[in-house]
Amino acid sequence: MPAADSLRADSLRRTPLWERHRDTGARLVDFAGWEMPVQYQGVSPEHLAVRRRAGIFDVSHMGEVETSGPQAPAFLQRVLSNDVERMAVGGAQYSLLCREDGGILDDLFTYRLETDRFLTVTNASRHAEDLAWLSSHAAAFDVDVVDRLENYAMLAVQGPLARELVQAIADDPLPPRMAAARRVLDGHPALVCGTGYTGEDGVEILCDPAAAAPLWDGLVRRGAVPAGLGARDTLRLEACFPLYGNDISEQRNPIEAGLGWAAKEQTGFLGADAVARARAQGTAERLVPFRFSGPGIPRAGNPVIEGGMVTSGTMSPSLRTGVGLAYLPARRAEVGTAFEVDVRGKRRPAVVAAKPLVAPSKP
Amino acid sequence: MADADYPEDLLYHPEHDWARLDGEEATFGITWYAQDALGEVVFFDPPEVGTPVARDEAYAEVESVKAVSDVIAPLSGEVVAVNDALVDAPERINEDPYGDGWLVRVRLSDPGEREHLMGAAAYAAALP
Repeated sequence: MPAADSLRADSLRRTPLWERHRDTGARLVDFAGWEMPVQYQGVSPEHLAVRRRAGIFDVSHMGEVETSGPQAPAFLQRVLSNDVERMAVGGAQYSLLCREDGGILDDLFTYRLETDRFLTVTNASRHAEDLAWLSSHAAAFDVDVVDRLENYAMLAVQGPLARELVQAIADDPLPPRMAAARRVLDGHPALVCGTGYTGEDGVEILCDPAAAAPLWDGLVRRGAVPAGLGARDTLRLEACFPLYGNDISEQRNPIEAGLGWAAKEQTGFLGADAVARARAQGTAERLVPFRFSGPGIPRAGNPVIEGGMVTSGTMSPSLRTGVGLAYLPARRAEVGTAFEVDVRGKRRPAVVAAKPLVAPSKP
Repeated sequence: MADADYPEDLLYHPEHDWARLDGEEATFGITWYAQDALGEVVFFDPPEVGTPVARDEAYAEVESVKAVSDVIAPLSGEVVAVNDALVDAPERINEDPYGDGWLVRVRLSDPGEREHLMGAAAYAAALP
C-alpha cells in the first residue's frame, strides 16, 4: 500500500463548505488545485443514494464567466460550438470551446440570463485558460467578459427525489430540464438550473458563497445525501458524460469524442471548418462506452489490444462490473464489438456498449 | 469496520500488510489502516496457488472504486491457499481485514525473515 495522498493544504483553494466536509469526516483530496471531498461514507453508497433518492455535491470549484453587452450573443456564437441563438432567455445549453483546429479547450454549460447576458460554467482545471481564451477573442466584439468565480458557490442536487427536496424550499416552481431561473431558496436568492452531471434528474444551484452553507445544511436535513467527487465520477461515467482531461482534450475534436451533436458548424464558430471536415471525412478513432464481460476494472491509460486506449474506467456501483470510456479505431467502435483491454498485463474481455451505460431512475 | 485495530498476535510490514504465523506457514492480509486508506474494496485479483512470493514484493492487487493498490508480501514463500470468497465479496477486506478478509496462505521459505517485521505497537506508532 502506498501512503495516503498527502495534501499541501496551504496551497490549495477551499470552497465555502470546506469546514462542513472536514467536520463530517470527508476524505479530502487535491482536485485541480482545490481541496475537495472525494467521498464521505464511501463512493458506492453515495452513488446509489443519487441513483435511488437524492445526493448533494459541492461543486463550488467549478468556474463561472459572465458575458454581457450588445454583442454578447454574437460573441458567444463565435466561440462556442453550439447554436447560441437557439437558446431562449432562461435556457441552458451544452457546448464546446474549440481551437481553430477543432481541438477541445473545454466543455461548458451556458445559461442565458437575459437577452444580452450569459453565465458560463467552466471546469475548475480549465477556468484560467478559458477566461484567457474568451478575453483574447472578445476584443473584436462590444462585450464584457468577467470572471465570476469568486461570486458563486455551486451545489448540485441530483437524483429522482432531488427536485422534490429543492422545491420544498423554493418560492416558485423549479425550472424544467435544460432551463435556468432565479429563485429564492430558504430566503437565499439563487440561480436554479435544470442540469447536472449524473444522468439523473435534479438541479444545480448557483448562489452567493455565503448562502452555500445554510442551503447545504437545509438540504441535507431534508434528506439529500452528501456525495463526493468519487461518486460524481462514477455517476457521470455510467451516464457516459465525458470528463475534460480524461476523455476530451485539445488533442481531440468533438466528432471523435461523440459530441458532434453539440457542434453546429453553420454558425461559423471558431473551429467549425475543422469540425466540418472531421464530420465529413470521419475520424480515425471514436470515443465509446464499454463494459467488461468478465472480471477486472479498467483504468485511464490502459491500452486496448486491438488499438486505442481507455480514457476513463471504474467499477460501476450500479452494474457491479468494470465500465469505461475508450477511444477505439472507428471501424471497431460499433455497439456489441468485442475487444480486450490490457489491465496491467492482464487481458480483460470487454464489449462496446450503448449510451448510457446505466439509464436514469424513474422518479 | 469503524475503529482502528492492530491485533497483538500479528506481525506487520511497513507497507501496511500483516502476517499471522502458524508453524511453517503464515496467513497474509492488509491492515486496518490500508483498507481505510483504500476505501471500499471492490476487486481482489488473487495470485494462483503455487505462485512464489518474495518479501517486500507485490503479490496481488486490491482495487477500490477509485484506485488500484499493490499488496506487498511481508515474508517470502509459496502460496498454498487463496481466499476465493473475496472474488465475490471483496468488501470482506474492509469489514474484517484480520479475519474473513485474509488474502493468502503461504508456506514460508525463510522463517528468519520475521525479524524484519514489526509488532502491533511499533506498527501503530509508525502510522502517519
